[in-house]
Amino acid sequence: MTDAGWIASVLTAARPQALAALLRYFRDLDAAEEALQEACLRALRNWPRNGPPRDAAAWLVMVGRNAGIDAVRARSRLAPLPEAEVTRDLPDVESETVERVDAADYRDDILRLLFVCSHPELTATQQIALALRIVCGLSVAQIARSFLVSEAAIEQRITRAKRRVADAGVPFEPPGAVARAERVAAVAAMIYLVFNEGYTTTVAELGARAPLCEEAIRLARLLLGLYPAEPEIMGLLALLLLQHSRAAARFDAAGEAVLLEDQDRSRWDGKRIAEGLALIEKAMRHRQPGSYQVQAAIAALHARAPRFEETDWAEMDLLYEALERLQPSPVVTLNRAVVVARVRGPQAALTMLEPLSDRLGSYFYFHGARGAFLQRLGRTAEAGEAFARAIALANTPAEAAHIRMQVERLQMFDVARQP
Amino acid sequence: MVMTMQYAILCYHDEKVTCAWSKEHDDAVMAKLGVIMERLAREGKLGPVARLLPTTAATTLRKDREPPLVVDGPFAETKEQLLGFYIVDCASLEDALAIARELGEVNPGGAYEIRPVAAFFEAPAGSGKAAP
Repeated sequence: MTDAGWIASVLTAARPQALAALLRYFRDLDAAEEALQEACLRALRNWPRNGPPRDAAAWLVMVGRNAGIDAVRARSRLAPLPEAEVTRDLPDVESETVERVDAADYRDDILRLLFVCSHPELTATQQIALALRIVCGLSVAQIARSFLVSEAAIEQRITRAKRRVADAGVPFEPPGAVARAERVAAVAAMIYLVFNEGYTTTVAELGARAPLCEEAIRLARLLLGLYPAEPEIMGLLALLLLQHSRAAARFDAAGEAVLLEDQDRSRWDGKRIAEGLALIEKAMRHRQPGSYQVQAAIAALHARAPRFEETDWAEMDLLYEALERLQPSPVVTLNRAVVVARVRGPQAALTMLEPLSDRLGSYFYFHGARGAFLQRLGRTAEAGEAFARAIALANTPAEAAHIRMQVERLQMFDVARQP
Repeated sequence: MVMTMQYAILCYHDEKVTCAWSKEHDDAVMAKLGVIMERLAREGKLGPVARLLPTTAATTLRKDREPPLVVDGPFAETKEQLLGFYIVDCASLEDALAIARELGEVNPGGAYEIRPVAAFFEAPAGSGKAAP
């Protein structure tokens, strides 16, 4: 029981609940964090000796609260209290059974904490950094590694984010139904941002960024634990699990990105897929479609296909159509066109793309897809132009390589087709 | 011949904690449990073993009312949840406890409930069998 690794995972697990309760108590993020940190230090000293408490979060809240009060007192007296006095009441902490926070309070507390990190006043990168630091408890160094920037930059980003949140005011009154729904939606969006920050990666960064995907999955689990009957939250968790299930197959040994169609499906993570499929199945029973559910259903079709060729493209087309309705965006239409090309042929797909050229004209993937459709229609010269634009617009060498690979494959396809 | 008894070792743990395990930690725990399970299997003591998906994947049918109600989530809203089970074939409760202790050593935290199995009901011969 004195295994430090085990204590660490108990502390990590208890963190959101404990910090959320301390935030309600101190009404100040820095004070709550300081109090929790002190409580964790005492846990590391105390638990190996006395064994872990039955309710770790309640222990941390109680000890953190006392430590926080002591800190305020100490500051006002301008003299630190002796250690003995501070820790004297520790063994009693548990016997007090620590005013178990009732379920509704607990939920609002954690939602508030998550919402603080998803505040509309914060930029996307600030939201991600704040959530990783505050809720997940990652160190500044860990976050800096994931973002591939300096620790000073992350430190600054977090400080600014906290200041913005403080200026905007943290809402402490319990939210009404509408406000609660809005906060849940904002939190879900923030979790998806964290995930994408980890998912959008190259192989060189994979090791550094993968933890972000894991943390996002943990956050989504936390949110679903609070709202177990919300189909969109089930959809969000399902989506993250299904996307992340392919992590081991996304890059080859040489570090090149592997297209979905070429991935070794035996390397997909069956456990994550099983959980993702179970969740999306549960979500669909509610018959309240939402964009996370539809995206998860799309990912589920890939997960269910034993081989790329066996993907249910007709169903995929319907799902993209639903997604276009729920969340209209040119990028969604572009993705749908790629599916339409398989179901109804390149001409139908090309027709679908034409109205998007204004808005997606600077997006490499638009020209890549367009080139592929043109090539299949035998309009080789136009296809060549489109591919050239795509390569010129690619942001990374990996993106350019991706287009070149597509081109090569199409040309091979053409050669093979010739009589 | 020694009469044996089947026991279910029901695994309860705080799911927040197990979900906070890193993949490396999870893999390491599973590997250590795997070694014990292999030996138990060789000794003919191991029955079916299952690890359940997190309770967020659970659905509950409340059948104490008419019509029964389908609820998302686990049956019991407790901190420690049923996360899996082992079926072991042992001569005595002491043996079953010894196995549970051994499993607990490489997977501390939470609790094992050791429950004797009253009966197994096999699917009728020739009927379809669920995949393991």
